[in-house]
Amino acid sequence: MSRARPDRAAIAPELRRIERRLMLKGSLSLGGLSMLSGCALDDEPSVERALAVMSRFTDRMQALLFSRQRLAREFDASQITQPFPFNAYYDEDEVRTVDPARWRLEVGGLVSDRRPWSLAQFRALPQKRQITRHICVEGWSAIGDWSGVPLSIFLHHVGADLRAKYVNFRCFDDYSTSIDMATALHPQTIMALDYGDHALPSAYGAPMKVRIPTKLGYKNPKYLSSIEVTNRFPGGYWEDQGYNWFGGS
Amino acid sequence: MFQSESPDMLSSRRVRPGRTPSPVIRITHWIGAASMLVMIGSGWQIYNASPILPFEFPPWATLGGWLGGGIAWHFAAMWVLMAAGVVYLGYGALSGHFRRDLRPAGPRAVGRDVAQALRFRLSHTAGHYNAVQRLLYTGVLIVALLTVASGLSIWKPVQLGWLTWLFGGYDIARRIHFAMMTLIVAFLVIHIVLALLVPQTLFGMIFGRRPPAASQETVR
Ligand code: HEM
Repeated sequence: MSRARPDRAAIAPELRRIERRLMLKGSLSLGGLSMLSGCALDDEPSVERALAVMSRFTDRMQALLFSRQRLAREFDASQITQPFPFNAYYDEDEVRTVDPARWRLEVGGLVSDRRPWSLAQFRALPQKRQITRHICVEGWSAIGDWSGVPLSIFLHHVGADLRAKYVNFRCFDDYSTSIDMATALHPQTIMALDYGDHALPSAYGAPMKVRIPTKLGYKNPKYLSSIEVTNRFPGGYWEDQGYNWFGGS
Repeated sequence: MFQSESPDMLSSRRVRPGRTPSPVIRITHWIGAASMLVMIGSGWQIYNASPILPFEFPPWATLGGWLGGGIAWHFAAMWVLMAAGVVYLGYGALSGHFRRDLRPAGPRAVGRDVAQALRFRLSHTAGHYNAVQRLLYTGVLIVALLTVASGLSIWKPVQLGWLTWLFGGYDIARRIHFAMMTLIVAFLVIHIVLALLVPQTLFGMIFGRRPPAASQETVR
Protein backbone atom coordinates (compact mmCIF):
# COMPACT_ATOMS: atom_id res chain seq x y z
CA MET A 1 0.00 0.00 0.00
CA SER A 2 1.59 3.24 -1.10
CA ARG A 3 1.52 6.26 1.11
CA ALA A 4 -0.24 8.39 -1.47
CA ARG A 5 -3.12 6.01 -2.10
CA PRO A 6 -4.27 4.40 1.12
CA ASP A 7 -6.13 1.13 0.79
CA ARG A 8 -9.81 1.96 1.37
CA ALA A 9 -10.54 -1.41 2.91
CA ALA A 10 -7.67 -1.10 5.32
CA ILE A 11 -8.73 2.27 6.62
CA ALA A 12 -12.46 1.55 6.56
CA PRO A 13 -12.71 0.69 10.26
CA GLU A 14 -10.83 3.86 11.15
CA LEU A 15 -13.10 5.91 8.89
CA ARG A 16 -16.16 4.34 10.47
CA ARG A 17 -14.79 5.26 13.85
CA ILE A 18 -14.19 8.85 12.86
CA GLU A 19 -17.66 9.00 11.34
CA ARG A 20 -19.19 7.75 14.55
CA ARG A 21 -17.26 10.27 16.55
CA LEU A 22 -18.44 13.04 14.29
CA MET A 23 -21.98 11.78 14.58
CA LEU A 24 -21.62 11.76 18.33
CA LYS A 25 -20.57 15.35 18.26
CA GLY A 26 -23.41 16.11 15.90
CA SER A 27 -21.36 18.62 13.97
CA LEU A 28 -17.96 19.31 12.58
CA SER A 29 -16.44 21.17 15.49
CA LEU A 30 -12.86 21.86 16.42
CA GLY A 31 -12.79 18.43 18.06
CA GLY A 32 -14.12 16.77 14.93
CA LEU A 33 -11.46 18.44 12.83
CA SER A 34 -8.67 17.38 15.13
CA MET A 35 -9.97 13.81 14.96
CA LEU A 36 -10.04 13.90 11.18
CA SER A 37 -6.38 14.74 11.26
CA GLY A 38 -5.91 11.44 13.05
CA CYS A 39 -5.27 12.77 16.53
CA ALA A 40 -7.22 11.68 19.53
CA LEU A 41 -6.55 14.52 21.92
CA ASP A 42 -4.93 17.43 20.20
CA ASP A 43 -3.68 18.17 16.71
CA GLU A 44 -0.33 19.42 17.95
CA PRO A 45 1.76 16.22 18.32
CA SER A 46 3.78 17.49 21.27
CA VAL A 47 0.62 18.48 23.16
CA GLU A 48 -0.90 15.13 22.24
CA ARG A 49 2.14 13.32 23.66
CA ALA A 50 2.18 15.41 26.84
CA LEU A 51 -1.52 14.73 27.45
CA ALA A 52 -0.97 11.00 26.87
CA VAL A 53 1.94 10.98 29.35
CA MET A 54 -0.21 12.76 31.94
CA SER A 55 -3.04 10.30 31.32
CA ARG A 56 -0.66 7.37 32.03
CA PHE A 57 0.40 9.16 35.22
CA THR A 58 -3.29 9.51 36.16
CA ASP A 59 -3.63 5.73 35.54
CA ARG A 60 -0.78 4.98 37.93
CA MET A 61 -2.15 7.25 40.65
CA GLN A 62 -5.56 5.59 40.35
CA ALA A 63 -4.00 2.14 40.64
CA LEU A 64 -2.26 3.30 43.85
CA LEU A 65 -5.52 4.69 45.22
CA PHE A 66 -7.47 1.54 44.35
CA SER A 67 -8.21 -0.84 47.20
CA ARG A 68 -9.56 -4.32 46.60
CA GLN A 69 -11.33 -4.14 49.95
CA ARG A 70 -13.12 -0.85 49.41
CA LEU A 71 -16.65 -1.48 48.16
CA ALA A 72 -18.89 0.66 46.00
CA ARG A 73 -22.02 1.71 47.84
CA GLU A 74 -25.01 -0.57 47.36
CA PHE A 75 -28.54 0.81 47.23
CA ASP A 76 -32.11 -0.26 48.05
CA ALA A 77 -34.41 -1.57 45.34
CA SER A 78 -36.48 1.62 45.75
CA GLN A 79 -33.55 3.73 44.57
CA ILE A 80 -33.13 2.02 41.19
CA THR A 81 -33.35 4.45 38.26
CA GLN A 82 -36.51 3.76 36.22
CA PRO A 83 -36.05 3.14 33.40
CA PHE A 84 -32.33 2.48 33.47
CA PRO A 85 -30.99 4.34 30.38
CA PHE A 86 -29.62 2.65 27.29
CA ASN A 87 -26.15 3.84 26.33
CA ALA A 88 -23.65 2.75 23.68
CA TYR A 89 -21.58 4.26 20.89
CA TYR A 90 -24.58 3.67 18.59
CA ASP A 91 -28.34 4.07 18.84
CA GLU A 92 -30.66 1.62 20.51
CA ASP A 93 -32.19 0.44 17.21
CA GLU A 94 -28.75 -0.79 16.13
CA VAL A 95 -28.38 -3.20 19.04
CA ARG A 96 -27.05 -6.59 17.93
CA THR A 97 -28.41 -9.82 19.36
CA VAL A 98 -27.30 -13.46 19.51
CA ASP A 99 -29.06 -16.73 20.19
CA PRO A 100 -28.29 -17.31 23.90
CA ALA A 101 -28.24 -21.08 23.40
CA ARG A 102 -25.49 -20.79 20.79
CA TRP A 103 -23.51 -17.99 22.43
CA ARG A 104 -20.06 -18.94 23.73
CA LEU A 105 -17.51 -16.88 25.60
CA GLU A 106 -14.05 -17.32 24.10
CA VAL A 107 -11.31 -17.59 26.73
CA GLY A 108 -7.74 -16.76 25.85
CA GLY A 109 -4.34 -15.58 26.96
CA LEU A 110 -2.64 -16.58 30.21
CA VAL A 111 -5.13 -19.22 31.34
CA SER A 112 -4.69 -22.96 31.71
CA ASP A 113 -8.09 -23.88 30.21
CA ARG A 114 -9.04 -22.12 26.99
CA ARG A 115 -12.26 -23.98 26.25
CA PRO A 116 -15.15 -21.61 25.45
CA TRP A 117 -17.90 -21.23 28.02
CA SER A 118 -21.66 -21.54 27.50
CA LEU A 119 -24.35 -19.61 29.41
CA ALA A 120 -25.39 -22.81 31.18
CA GLN A 121 -21.90 -23.15 32.64
CA PHE A 122 -22.11 -19.61 34.02
CA ARG A 123 -25.58 -20.27 35.44
CA ALA A 124 -24.12 -23.21 37.36
CA LEU A 125 -21.68 -20.99 39.26
CA PRO A 126 -22.49 -18.94 42.39
CA GLN A 127 -24.31 -15.68 41.53
CA LYS A 128 -24.03 -12.33 43.23
CA ARG A 129 -26.67 -9.59 43.08
CA GLN A 130 -25.88 -5.93 43.67
CA ILE A 131 -27.65 -2.61 43.23
CA THR A 132 -24.97 -0.05 42.40
CA ARG A 133 -24.51 3.29 40.74
CA HIS A 134 -23.34 3.32 37.13
CA ILE A 135 -21.39 6.54 36.56
CA CYS A 136 -20.86 7.70 32.99
CA VAL A 137 -17.75 9.60 32.00
CA GLU A 138 -20.12 12.26 30.64
CA GLY A 139 -21.19 13.04 34.18
CA TRP A 140 -24.65 11.46 34.45
CA SER A 141 -25.28 8.47 36.64
CA ALA A 142 -28.00 5.89 37.19
CA ILE A 143 -28.61 3.15 39.74
CA GLY A 144 -29.14 -0.39 38.43
CA ASP A 145 -29.60 -3.93 39.68
CA TRP A 146 -27.25 -6.51 38.15
CA SER A 147 -26.42 -10.05 39.14
CA GLY A 148 -23.99 -12.61 37.88
CA VAL A 149 -20.80 -14.53 38.50
CA PRO A 150 -17.94 -12.73 40.26
CA LEU A 151 -15.15 -12.40 37.69
CA SER A 152 -12.61 -13.63 40.28
CA ILE A 153 -14.47 -16.96 40.55
CA PHE A 154 -14.43 -17.37 36.77
CA LEU A 155 -10.73 -16.48 36.59
CA HIS A 156 -9.96 -19.14 39.19
CA HIS A 157 -12.03 -21.68 37.24
CA VAL A 158 -10.09 -21.18 34.02
CA GLY A 159 -6.76 -21.22 35.83
CA ALA A 160 -5.88 -17.61 34.99
CA ASP A 161 -2.45 -16.27 35.84
CA LEU A 162 -3.57 -13.86 38.55
CA ARG A 163 -0.24 -12.04 38.46
CA ALA A 164 -0.89 -10.95 34.88
CA LYS A 165 -1.49 -7.24 34.46
CA TYR A 166 -4.62 -6.99 32.36
CA VAL A 167 -7.93 -8.59 31.55
CA ASN A 168 -9.14 -7.72 28.05
CA PHE A 169 -12.77 -7.85 26.96
CA ARG A 170 -14.04 -8.04 23.38
CA CYS A 171 -17.66 -7.73 22.41
CA PHE A 172 -19.75 -8.81 19.42
CA ASP A 173 -20.86 -5.20 18.87
CA ASP A 174 -17.20 -4.40 18.04
CA TYR A 175 -16.70 -2.73 21.39
CA SER A 176 -13.71 -3.56 23.57
CA THR A 177 -12.14 -2.49 26.82
CA SER A 178 -9.63 -3.79 29.34
CA ILE A 179 -9.03 -3.55 33.07
CA ASP A 180 -6.24 -4.06 35.61
CA MET A 181 -6.04 -7.40 37.43
CA ALA A 182 -6.68 -5.79 40.84
CA THR A 183 -10.07 -4.56 39.64
CA ALA A 184 -10.77 -7.89 37.95
CA LEU A 185 -10.38 -9.59 41.34
CA HIS A 186 -12.48 -7.00 43.22
CA PRO A 187 -15.43 -8.72 44.92
CA GLN A 188 -17.99 -6.46 43.19
CA THR A 189 -16.69 -7.09 39.66
CA ILE A 190 -19.25 -9.49 38.18
CA MET A 191 -20.06 -11.11 34.85
CA ALA A 192 -23.68 -10.05 34.84
CA LEU A 193 -26.31 -12.41 33.40
CA ASP A 194 -29.41 -10.79 34.89
CA TYR A 195 -30.86 -7.35 35.29
CA GLY A 196 -33.46 -7.19 38.06
CA ASP A 197 -35.24 -10.53 38.22
CA HIS A 198 -34.75 -11.40 34.54
CA ALA A 199 -32.05 -12.35 32.08
CA LEU A 200 -30.26 -9.27 30.71
CA PRO A 201 -32.40 -7.66 28.01
CA SER A 202 -30.66 -6.99 24.72
CA ALA A 203 -30.46 -3.24 25.39
CA TYR A 204 -28.41 -3.91 28.52
CA GLY A 205 -25.92 -6.25 26.87
CA ALA A 206 -27.49 -9.71 26.53
CA PRO A 207 -26.35 -12.28 27.15
CA MET A 208 -23.42 -11.03 29.26
CA LYS A 209 -22.16 -7.71 30.53
CA VAL A 210 -19.22 -7.12 32.83
CA ARG A 211 -20.44 -4.93 35.67
CA ILE A 212 -17.67 -3.07 37.52
CA PRO A 213 -19.07 -0.57 40.02
CA THR A 214 -15.54 0.68 40.77
CA LYS A 215 -15.14 1.90 37.18
CA LEU A 216 -16.82 4.36 34.84
CA GLY A 217 -19.45 3.17 32.39
CA TYR A 218 -17.14 2.77 29.39
CA LYS A 219 -15.14 0.19 31.37
CA ASN A 220 -18.31 -1.95 31.76
CA PRO A 221 -18.55 -3.85 28.44
CA LYS A 222 -21.82 -5.35 27.22
CA TYR A 223 -22.42 -8.08 24.57
CA LEU A 224 -19.29 -9.88 25.75
CA SER A 225 -17.76 -12.33 23.28
CA SER A 226 -14.25 -12.99 24.57
CA ILE A 227 -12.04 -12.55 27.56
CA GLU A 228 -8.26 -12.62 27.58
CA VAL A 229 -5.70 -12.49 30.39
CA THR A 230 -2.56 -10.72 29.24
CA ASN A 231 0.51 -8.69 30.12
CA ARG A 232 0.36 -6.73 26.89
CA PHE A 233 -1.50 -3.42 27.24
CA PRO A 234 -4.79 -4.03 25.40
CA GLY A 235 -6.35 -0.54 25.27
CA GLY A 236 -9.99 -0.38 24.20
CA TYR A 237 -12.57 1.23 21.93
CA TRP A 238 -12.73 4.60 23.72
CA GLU A 239 -9.34 4.34 25.39
CA ASP A 240 -7.62 4.18 21.99
CA GLN A 241 -9.35 7.43 21.12
CA GLY A 242 -8.06 9.17 24.22
CA TYR A 243 -10.25 8.27 27.18
CA ASN A 244 -8.28 7.67 30.34
CA TRP A 245 -7.47 3.95 30.51
CA PHE A 246 -7.91 3.21 34.23
CA GLY A 247 -11.29 5.00 34.39
CA GLY A 248 -11.79 4.17 38.06
CA SER A 249 -14.36 5.65 40.43
CA MET B 1 -3.79 60.70 41.90
CA PHE B 2 -0.78 59.81 43.99
CA GLN B 3 -0.49 60.04 47.70
CA SER B 4 2.11 58.72 50.04
CA GLU B 5 1.14 55.72 52.08
CA SER B 6 0.01 56.47 55.58
CA PRO B 7 -0.74 53.82 58.19
CA ASP B 8 -4.36 54.81 58.62
CA MET B 9 -4.96 54.18 54.94
CA LEU B 10 -4.06 50.53 55.37
CA SER B 11 -5.81 47.73 57.08
CA SER B 12 -2.59 46.03 58.12
CA ARG B 13 -0.55 46.82 61.16
CA ARG B 14 2.76 46.55 59.43
CA VAL B 15 3.67 48.67 56.48
CA ARG B 16 6.50 47.62 54.21
CA PRO B 17 6.76 50.00 51.33
CA GLY B 18 8.06 48.45 48.16
CA ARG B 19 7.63 44.87 49.24
CA THR B 20 6.61 42.48 46.49
CA PRO B 21 5.43 38.88 46.77
CA SER B 22 8.19 36.33 47.27
CA PRO B 23 9.31 34.25 44.27
CA VAL B 24 7.62 31.11 45.64
CA ILE B 25 4.28 32.93 45.85
CA ARG B 26 4.70 34.47 42.41
CA ILE B 27 5.73 31.29 40.63
CA THR B 28 3.04 29.14 42.26
CA HIS B 29 0.46 31.88 41.61
CA TRP B 30 1.14 31.88 37.88
CA ILE B 31 1.39 28.11 37.54
CA GLY B 32 -1.79 27.85 39.58
CA ALA B 33 -3.53 30.54 37.51
CA ALA B 34 -2.60 28.86 34.22
CA SER B 35 -3.71 25.42 35.40
CA MET B 36 -6.89 26.92 36.84
CA LEU B 37 -7.75 28.44 33.45
CA VAL B 38 -7.15 25.04 31.83
CA MET B 39 -9.31 23.38 34.49
CA ILE B 40 -12.13 25.84 33.76
CA GLY B 41 -11.98 25.54 29.96
CA SER B 42 -11.74 21.74 30.01
CA GLY B 43 -14.33 21.53 32.78
CA TRP B 44 -16.78 23.42 30.55
CA GLN B 45 -16.06 20.87 27.81
CA ILE B 46 -16.88 18.03 30.21
CA TYR B 47 -19.99 19.86 31.44
CA ASN B 48 -21.28 20.16 27.87
CA ALA B 49 -21.28 16.36 27.53
CA SER B 50 -24.11 16.17 30.06
CA PRO B 51 -25.30 19.63 31.19
CA ILE B 52 -27.01 19.92 34.58
CA LEU B 53 -28.43 23.36 33.81
CA PRO B 54 -30.42 24.44 30.75
CA PHE B 55 -27.42 25.87 28.93
CA GLU B 56 -24.10 24.82 27.41
CA PHE B 57 -20.83 26.68 27.26
CA PRO B 58 -19.99 28.01 23.79
CA PRO B 59 -17.50 25.65 22.12
CA TRP B 60 -14.96 28.44 21.54
CA ALA B 61 -14.69 28.88 25.31
CA THR B 62 -13.99 25.20 25.93
CA LEU B 63 -10.76 23.27 25.77
CA GLY B 64 -10.01 19.83 24.36
CA GLY B 65 -12.26 19.66 21.27
CA TRP B 66 -14.33 16.74 22.55
CA LEU B 67 -15.13 15.00 25.83
CA GLY B 68 -12.03 12.76 25.77
CA GLY B 69 -9.78 15.74 25.09
CA GLY B 70 -11.48 17.79 27.81
CA ILE B 71 -10.94 15.02 30.34
CA ALA B 72 -7.29 14.62 29.33
CA TRP B 73 -6.69 18.35 29.84
CA HIS B 74 -8.69 18.40 33.08
CA PHE B 75 -6.65 15.59 34.69
CA ALA B 76 -3.32 16.87 33.39
CA ALA B 77 -4.01 20.35 34.81
CA MET B 78 -5.36 18.84 38.02
CA TRP B 79 -1.95 17.40 38.95
CA VAL B 80 -0.21 20.68 38.11
CA LEU B 81 -2.75 22.67 40.12
CA MET B 82 -2.49 20.32 43.10
CA ALA B 83 1.32 20.47 43.05
CA ALA B 84 1.34 24.28 42.82
CA GLY B 85 -1.36 24.43 45.50
CA VAL B 86 0.56 22.24 47.94
CA VAL B 87 3.74 24.34 47.52
CA TYR B 88 1.78 27.62 47.74
CA LEU B 89 -0.23 26.60 50.81
CA GLY B 90 2.79 25.02 52.52
CA TYR B 91 4.99 28.03 51.90
CA GLY B 92 2.23 30.52 52.74
CA ALA B 93 1.52 28.84 56.05
CA LEU B 94 5.13 28.18 57.13
CA SER B 95 6.62 31.49 56.03
CA GLY B 96 3.96 33.48 57.88
CA HIS B 97 2.79 35.00 54.60
CA PHE B 98 -0.83 33.99 55.19
CA ARG B 99 -0.86 35.25 58.78
CA ARG B 100 0.92 38.47 57.86
CA ASP B 101 -0.51 39.33 54.45
CA LEU B 102 -3.72 37.40 53.83
CA ARG B 103 -5.43 37.07 57.22
CA PRO B 104 -8.73 38.89 56.78
CA ALA B 105 -8.92 42.15 58.70
CA GLY B 106 -11.94 42.90 60.89
CA PRO B 107 -15.27 44.00 59.43
CA ARG B 108 -14.50 47.65 60.27
CA ALA B 109 -11.38 47.60 58.10
CA VAL B 110 -13.29 45.93 55.31
CA GLY B 111 -16.02 48.56 55.50
CA ARG B 112 -13.46 51.34 55.43
CA ASP B 113 -11.56 49.86 52.51
CA VAL B 114 -14.72 49.22 50.53
CA ALA B 115 -15.75 52.83 51.10
CA GLN B 116 -12.31 53.97 49.99
CA ALA B 117 -12.36 51.70 47.00
CA LEU B 118 -15.69 53.13 45.91
CA ARG B 119 -14.17 56.60 46.08
CA PHE B 120 -11.09 55.25 44.22
CA ARG B 121 -8.89 56.19 47.14
CA LEU B 122 -7.81 52.73 48.22
CA SER B 123 -4.15 52.15 48.78
CA HIS B 124 -2.83 49.35 46.68
CA THR B 125 0.69 47.99 46.87
CA ALA B 126 2.16 44.89 45.33
CA GLY B 127 2.65 42.36 48.08
CA HIS B 128 0.65 44.38 50.57
CA TYR B 129 -3.03 43.66 50.53
CA ASN B 130 -5.87 45.85 51.70
CA ALA B 131 -8.85 44.45 53.61
CA VAL B 132 -10.90 43.80 50.47
CA GLN B 133 -8.07 41.88 48.84
CA ARG B 134 -7.46 39.87 52.00
CA LEU B 135 -11.09 38.86 52.08
CA LEU B 136 -11.18 37.99 48.37
CA TYR B 137 -7.94 36.01 48.44
CA THR B 138 -8.80 34.07 51.60
CA GLY B 139 -12.24 33.44 50.14
CA VAL B 140 -11.00 32.21 46.77
CA LEU B 141 -8.41 29.96 48.42
CA ILE B 142 -11.16 28.28 50.45
CA VAL B 143 -13.35 28.04 47.35
CA ALA B 144 -10.45 26.58 45.33
CA LEU B 145 -9.88 23.96 48.05
CA LEU B 146 -13.59 23.09 47.97
CA THR B 147 -13.46 22.88 44.17
CA VAL B 148 -10.57 20.43 44.26
CA ALA B 149 -12.14 18.40 47.08
CA SER B 150 -15.58 18.20 45.42
CA GLY B 151 -13.89 17.36 42.11
CA LEU B 152 -11.99 14.50 43.76
CA SER B 153 -15.24 13.32 45.34
CA ILE B 154 -17.03 12.99 42.00
CA TRP B 155 -13.96 11.45 40.37
CA LYS B 156 -13.50 8.84 43.12
CA PRO B 157 -16.93 8.23 44.69
CA VAL B 158 -15.79 4.71 45.66
CA GLN B 159 -12.15 5.10 46.71
CA LEU B 160 -12.88 8.48 48.36
CA GLY B 161 -16.45 7.55 49.33
CA TRP B 162 -16.16 9.40 52.64
CA LEU B 163 -15.47 12.63 50.74
CA THR B 164 -18.44 12.05 48.43
CA TRP B 165 -20.55 11.42 51.52
CA LEU B 166 -19.29 14.69 53.10
CA PHE B 167 -20.45 16.57 50.00
CA GLY B 168 -23.90 14.99 50.23
CA GLY B 169 -23.52 12.23 47.64
CA TYR B 170 -22.52 12.11 43.99
CA ASP B 171 -25.31 14.25 42.51
CA ILE B 172 -25.01 17.05 45.06
CA ALA B 173 -21.20 16.96 44.95
CA ARG B 174 -21.37 17.47 41.18
CA ARG B 175 -23.50 20.58 41.69
CA ILE B 176 -21.21 21.88 44.43
CA HIS B 177 -18.25 21.43 42.08
CA PHE B 178 -20.07 23.48 39.46
CA ALA B 179 -21.08 26.18 41.97
CA MET B 180 -17.50 26.51 43.24
CA MET B 181 -16.26 26.86 39.65
CA THR B 182 -18.77 29.68 39.19
CA LEU B 183 -17.43 31.47 42.28
CA ILE B 184 -13.87 31.15 40.99
CA VAL B 185 -14.88 32.61 37.63
CA ALA B 186 -16.62 35.50 39.43
CA PHE B 187 -13.50 36.09 41.52
CA LEU B 188 -11.37 35.92 38.40
CA VAL B 189 -13.37 38.66 36.66
CA ILE B 190 -12.98 41.03 39.62
CA HIS B 191 -9.38 39.95 40.17
CA ILE B 192 -8.27 40.58 36.60
CA VAL B 193 -10.12 43.90 36.38
CA LEU B 194 -8.40 45.05 39.60
CA ALA B 195 -5.01 43.87 38.33
CA LEU B 196 -5.49 45.78 35.09
CA LEU B 197 -6.67 48.88 36.96
CA VAL B 198 -3.49 48.84 39.03
CA PRO B 199 -0.90 47.47 36.58
CA GLN B 200 1.91 48.04 39.10
CA THR B 201 0.62 45.07 41.08
CA LEU B 202 0.61 42.98 37.93
CA PHE B 203 4.19 44.04 37.25
CA GLY B 204 5.13 43.18 40.81
CA MET B 205 3.40 39.80 40.66
CA ILE B 206 5.29 38.95 37.45
CA PHE B 207 8.74 40.40 38.02
CA GLY B 208 8.91 40.57 41.79
CA ARG B 209 9.76 44.27 41.80
CA ARG B 210 8.01 47.55 41.14
CA PRO B 211 8.09 49.05 37.67
CA PRO B 212 11.03 51.50 37.45
CA ALA B 213 8.78 54.52 36.94
CA ALA B 214 6.42 53.72 39.76
CA SER B 215 8.66 52.99 42.69
CA GLN B 216 6.46 55.38 44.65
CA GLU B 217 3.42 54.16 46.46
CA THR B 218 0.37 53.77 44.28
CA VAL B 219 -2.90 55.00 45.59
CA ARG B 220 -6.09 55.01 43.66
C1 HEM C 1 -4.83 34.69 34.78
C2 HEM C 1 -5.36 35.63 35.45
C3 HEM C 1 -4.80 36.18 36.74
C4 HEM C 1 -4.16 37.37 36.88
C5 HEM C 1 -3.87 38.39 35.78
C6 HEM C 1 -3.81 37.51 38.28
C7 HEM C 1 -3.15 38.58 38.84
C8 HEM C 1 -2.78 38.73 40.15
C9 HEM C 1 -2.03 39.82 40.71
C10 HEM C 1 -1.54 41.00 39.93
C11 HEM C 1 -1.87 39.58 42.04
C12 HEM C 1 -1.16 40.49 43.03
C13 HEM C 1 -2.16 41.46 43.55
C14 HEM C 1 -1.50 42.55 44.37
O1 HEM C 1 -0.29 42.47 44.55
O2 HEM C 1 -2.22 43.45 44.78
C15 HEM C 1 -2.52 38.34 42.34
C16 HEM C 1 -2.57 37.75 43.58
C17 HEM C 1 -3.36 36.62 43.89
N1 HEM C 1 -4.12 35.89 42.99
FE1 HEM C 1 -4.17 36.15 40.99
N2 HEM C 1 -4.24 36.40 38.96
C18 HEM C 1 -4.85 35.56 38.05
C19 HEM C 1 -5.45 34.33 38.32
C20 HEM C 1 -5.71 33.86 39.60
C21 HEM C 1 -6.46 32.68 39.90
C22 HEM C 1 -7.09 31.73 38.87
C23 HEM C 1 -6.49 32.56 41.26
C24 HEM C 1 -7.16 31.50 42.12
C25 HEM C 1 -8.24 30.89 41.85
C26 HEM C 1 -5.76 33.67 41.80
C27 HEM C 1 -5.57 33.90 43.15
C28 HEM C 1 -4.74 34.87 43.69
C29 HEM C 1 -4.38 34.94 45.07
C30 HEM C 1 -4.85 33.99 46.18
C31 HEM C 1 -3.50 36.02 45.20
C32 HEM C 1 -2.75 36.45 46.45
C33 HEM C 1 -1.42 35.73 46.39
C34 HEM C 1 -0.60 35.82 47.64
O3 HEM C 1 0.07 36.84 47.85
O4 HEM C 1 -0.57 34.84 48.40
N3 HEM C 1 -5.29 34.44 40.77
N4 HEM C 1 -3.06 37.83 41.18
